[in-house]
Amino acid sequence: MGTVRVINVSERRRVLTFWERIYLPEVWRGLVLTARHFFVNLWRHTLRLFGVKSALPGAATYQYPEVRRPQSPRLRTLHRLAKRPDGTPRCVACMMCETVCPAFCIKIVAEEVDDPNIEKRPKSFDIDIGRCVFCGFCVEACPEDAIRMDTGITEIGALSREGMVLNIDTLLSLPPKSERGDKPVDFLQQQLVQ
Amino acid sequence: MPKVTIDDLTIDVPAGTTVIQAAEKLGIYIPRYCYHPGLSIAGSCRMCLVEIEKAPKLQIACYTFVTEGMIVRTTTEKVIVARQAILEFLLANHPLDCPVCDQAGECKLQEFYMQFGQYDSTLLENKLKKHKAMPIGPHIMLDSERCILCSRCVRFVDEVSKTHELGIFNRGDHSELLPVKGVTVDNPYSGCLADVCPVGALTDRDFRFKVRVWYLDKTESVCHGCSRGCNIEIHANRRRSHHNDGKLVARLKPRFNGEVNGHWMCDAGRYSYKRFESEDRLLQPLVRLTGKGQEKADWTLALSQVDEQVTHQIGRTGVAAAAVIATPDLSNEELYAVRRLFMQGMKIEKIAHRCPADPNGVEDNLLRKSDTFANTYGAGLIIGAPHTADPTVETILEAAGAGKLKTLFIVGDGLLSRYSADVLREKLKNVETLITIQTHGSVLTELATVALPMTTFAETDGTICNSEGRVQHFDQAIPPVGQSRPLLEMLVDLANRWELKAAPRLPESCFAELAGNVEYFSGLTYSKIGDAGVNPSRRSAATATA
Repeated sequence: MGTVRVINVSERRRVLTFWERIYLPEVWRGLVLTARHFFVNLWRHTLRLFGVKSALPGAATYQYPEVRRPQSPRLRTLHRLAKRPDGTPRCVACMMCETVCPAFCIKIVAEEVDDPNIEKRPKSFDIDIGRCVFCGFCVEACPEDAIRMDTGITEIGALSREGMVLNIDTLLSLPPKSERGDKPVDFLQQQLVQ
Repeated sequence: MPKVTIDDLTIDVPAGTTVIQAAEKLGIYIPRYCYHPGLSIAGSCRMCLVEIEKAPKLQIACYTFVTEGMIVRTTTEKVIVARQAILEFLLANHPLDCPVCDQAGECKLQEFYMQFGQYDSTLLENKLKKHKAMPIGPHIMLDSERCILCSRCVRFVDEVSKTHELGIFNRGDHSELLPVKGVTVDNPYSGCLADVCPVGALTDRDFRFKVRVWYLDKTESVCHGCSRGCNIEIHANRRRSHHNDGKLVARLKPRFNGEVNGHWMCDAGRYSYKRFESEDRLLQPLVRLTGKGQEKADWTLALSQVDEQVTHQIGRTGVAAAAVIATPDLSNEELYAVRRLFMQGMKIEKIAHRCPADPNGVEDNLLRKSDTFANTYGAGLIIGAPHTADPTVETILEAAGAGKLKTLFIVGDGLLSRYSADVLREKLKNVETLITIQTHGSVLTELATVALPMTTFAETDGTICNSEGRVQHFDQAIPPVGQSRPLLEMLVDLANRWELKAAPRLPESCFAELAGNVEYFSGLTYSKIGDAGVNPSRRSAATATA
């Protein structure tokens, strides 16, 4: 049993001025703000319709999930494990990512390989996405460029906490965004199948 | 006594001291690879170069002896540049496979490179390929690409283990550390090779890829493998349970003690940690209820059974038909608690600790002792000395075999290394109430009326006396395995049931009481014993001569 810390919200609330407390002027101000945005955008879209390009485009709504916002190539998205040309994981289970992870969400178990040029590989490699804070330290720390956050997958969900733990097979199977193009991965579906 | 000035600090040291030793006394650490205080001096790595006034060139600190008025500087630019150049050479053929190297985290190449590295190498040549992952013995894996040819290991097998299995072969940059043709490195001290290697060339096969070294917590302890009492560190993986196959203790390492073991420990002791969490650990008390077989029980039931059965048996057959065997693998505190409860509380006269010699005991003139009990000396002082009868374990077992003993307590695991299972079965068949307090399941726990699980030395605090009588303290490294409990605790609980006085529950208080009651330990406390231990027998000899 932990103690519950109570924060009384009303104590932190700003005291309203007389002008604000008579209510109607503030409602009027809000209406003006909304109307201004509406007419500015209407004006910009109209200009564009006639081929005049203003400095700023009009605000637009993305029709998610059919249409998605473009992602920066540097965006940190869901992890994947890179493979060697022969399909084996590049990861050598050095535990750098596990050590640096501030959320303690990576768990690796190492095993020995007969090939003296590889020596060590991960037997299991689990990332608990439910705990991950997407800081990207694991990618930064990796000396083998084995863990990458370039899948472009941002919709991550599962129906249980266990479902949020990705194992080595899932991580190895995810393609990078550059290979996948804009074709969406129904990640939730993949998780449910497991 | 030459006076030497190192980095503006002055010290008087005896003649014949080297600069590196004098610097160490001043608290100045000079980087080194080939220098090891337990081995002869090679002067081959050139890492310890220092500037000595009036010397035309930089000198190696490990093989330059101090002279009167010598002025040494260890941090000048000339020295730093020299160290950078040496590191560049050492790394010329080093494969930089730190990610798969078990030495990473305790590697001197990594440490010094962080301090003095040149970072941008000027070498254009390709790295040479040598042998990788080559098992050269039962405990040691060789990776000769990683070797920096410091020759510490070669000197170890020549000077310490005297088995001469390793050598450096070929010339120039083809020089390679290899075992002599047709020889495997399986001397009884081979594990130390992984300790002396400053890089990852020689690593421990047993520890291979189990857990990264920076996850390990270190606890100071004393090996219980024989009566030498080597000072060790227990390295336990307490923070990441998925490593090391889910076990806690990952390895044992020797801890320097010039009076006992120097820098070394034997392989038998080094790999004895597997006992702590082995499959056959007794994890729960076992109770034999009347008319039923042996069953697992909780502590309340087990202790009440001990209470009932022993009270009933002694009420019927008397204290004269009762005996205790306390084997000398117990700590001083545990032996004292046995003496306090059974000898002084229950007035049992037959308390034995003297076992026959271990048929498998090996003795050599380095570390190993044929007496494989850790605390024979202490048991003699605590159980043996105040005892008028002082029977041996042999006589107790004879009496038990002849049917003269009806109640028997066996505390400690020592009997199993001395007697075969069949002999013990035969000797103990007439004992009606057999209470065993042991760490591992065995023939004894099978025969027991009540078997209580006890902690090993990794799971509790205590002191032991080695064969010279040196009192040494070991710390608790891991929590008790399963439901096992420290002996002191369960004896306190038993004493409360019998309304007798017991020794204190905490090892430290128990030792304080022991020090008050046994002359040998008088005046000692845990803080006085410290990390290195003290030898009261030497102290009394010193006062006698004074």
